[in-house]
Amino acid sequence: MAKQVEVVMAGFGGQGVMTAGQLLAYAGMDEGKQVVWIPSYGPEMRGGTANCTVVISDARIGSPIINNPLSACIFNRPSLDKFGALIRTGGLLLINSSLIDVVSGRSDITEILVPANDIAIKVGSPKVANMVMLAAYVAATEIVSFDTLNRMLELKMGKKKDLLAINYRAFEEGRKLTGKVITTR
Amino acid sequence: MAKKLMKGNEAIGEAAIAAGAINYFAYPITPQSEVAEYMTWRLPEVGGVFVQAESEVAVGNMLLGAASTGKRVFTTSSSPGISLMMEAISYMAGDHLPVVIVNITRGGPGLGGILPAQSDYFQAVKAGGHGDYHSIVLAPASVQEAVDLMILAFDLADTYRTPVIVMGDGMIGQMMESVEFPEKYHDPVNPETKDWPLTGAKGRKPRVIKSLFLDPKLLEKNSFDLAAKYAVIKAKEVRHELYKVSNKNRILITAYGTMARICQTAIDELEEEGISAGLFRPITLYPFPEKEIYQEAAKKNIEAILTVEMSMGQMIEDVERFIKGTKPIEFYGRTGGIVPTPNEVKDKVRQMLGAGK
Repeated sequence: MAKQVEVVMAGFGGQGVMTAGQLLAYAGMDEGKQVVWIPSYGPEMRGGTANCTVVISDARIGSPIINNPLSACIFNRPSLDKFGALIRTGGLLLINSSLIDVVSGRSDITEILVPANDIAIKVGSPKVANMVMLAAYVAATEIVSFDTLNRMLELKMGKKKDLLAINYRAFEEGRKLTGKVITTR
Repeated sequence: MAKKLMKGNEAIGEAAIAAGAINYFAYPITPQSEVAEYMTWRLPEVGGVFVQAESEVAVGNMLLGAASTGKRVFTTSSSPGISLMMEAISYMAGDHLPVVIVNITRGGPGLGGILPAQSDYFQAVKAGGHGDYHSIVLAPASVQEAVDLMILAFDLADTYRTPVIVMGDGMIGQMMESVEFPEKYHDPVNPETKDWPLTGAKGRKPRVIKSLFLDPKLLEKNSFDLAAKYAVIKAKEVRHELYKVSNKNRILITAYGTMARICQTAIDELEEEGISAGLFRPITLYPFPEKEIYQEAAKKNIEAILTVEMSMGQMIEDVERFIKGTKPIEFYGRTGGIVPTPNEVKDKVRQMLGAGK
């Protein structure tokens, strides 16, 4: 079968999980891959949790609905409860350890703790926690290149130079996590 | 043109513009509201008109009036809104008016929910309004296909002077995929090139567009004219797609729209465990690919047909009708906004083959 990667990005509304997912999808498309981005648009959006699924593939994408995603970037505790158990064996789970003080307890997946909010505050804005997480994810999976990701960010945010700079810093810090702070268990 | 990453709803709006349709009437409803949102800023850029009506009943009647001028007109809505337009759609069919209606279907009946569904098949395919009529019904399975079928929908509406329904479930409207639009956009259609629109009778004989015929002979003639048109549509406009159909298949799955893609993944995964199934995906729900489904179902290697829908079973009635009892047929569906997963489809296929879970 064709090489296909699925990632669920999930958190509270306002944490930027939709934006992070879209940026990843743009980057995948820019690199010539097939991509699908699906938001959760159910009534739960109004209750607080938001999530999207991004599928990136070498070939035509079948089901946009993914039972058991290969990977997930989890931004808050309710999302960990919802998606932690669904990740496919051998998959990858990134947990925002700034806000989540537990782990999935699974030994059949790779789990990485990303203090996304702490780093975001350090680089200048708590709003870029999503970009820290995205960078950590991309660094861990190499699903797209950082060159592409940076270009997509500029394309989407080019007019707001000060914001762009903070986002780049978030990328840099998130990216560095792979080799350093990241704990794998 | 370069590829863009777009939400289905936005891509549908842009596709209409690409087809030269810049007269849009709508009322917001989840899960299609992004079309209206997109059109509020996009249509003024191309000199178009978007009237947000006071209700979907009004939308239907605005379409009727605008379509009678010969311009390309359209609306987008979701299930409950489409129900409110049914009277006008019946009138437009009786009036032989070209119009494109997009239904980003959600769960019903009644106000239902906002999540994806395919439970409007009967309404779309069997004529949801009164009278002897059909609408052409197109069912995209991806954002790109939604764009392509939107453009086709306007051409078919103009060619046959008939309502055309583009039916995508909520998923098609909400998901983002990469899309390409035609290099050159269609110029808005000039009504003066047609011999029927109401463009003002100065200097020529008046034209009449109506669906009221109190003389039964004239009313029957109108129904005969419509039937003759549907015969041509059935002969020329049937579209479908096959996926992994081969003489190794034991099961033939029929599904349309997003559901077909989910079945595609199920088929890929079943293949890995040595179970061969193929997919028959109608793209035109009306006219239904009746000869084609009969031929595929009749093949010796096919043990049974499985129809999968996001409904309690609607398209299956057509599948049954057209395979003419040649093979046993089973159904799997979820509804209310719950989308069957590839695993559920796989379980059903295994169960049909007596293979257990």
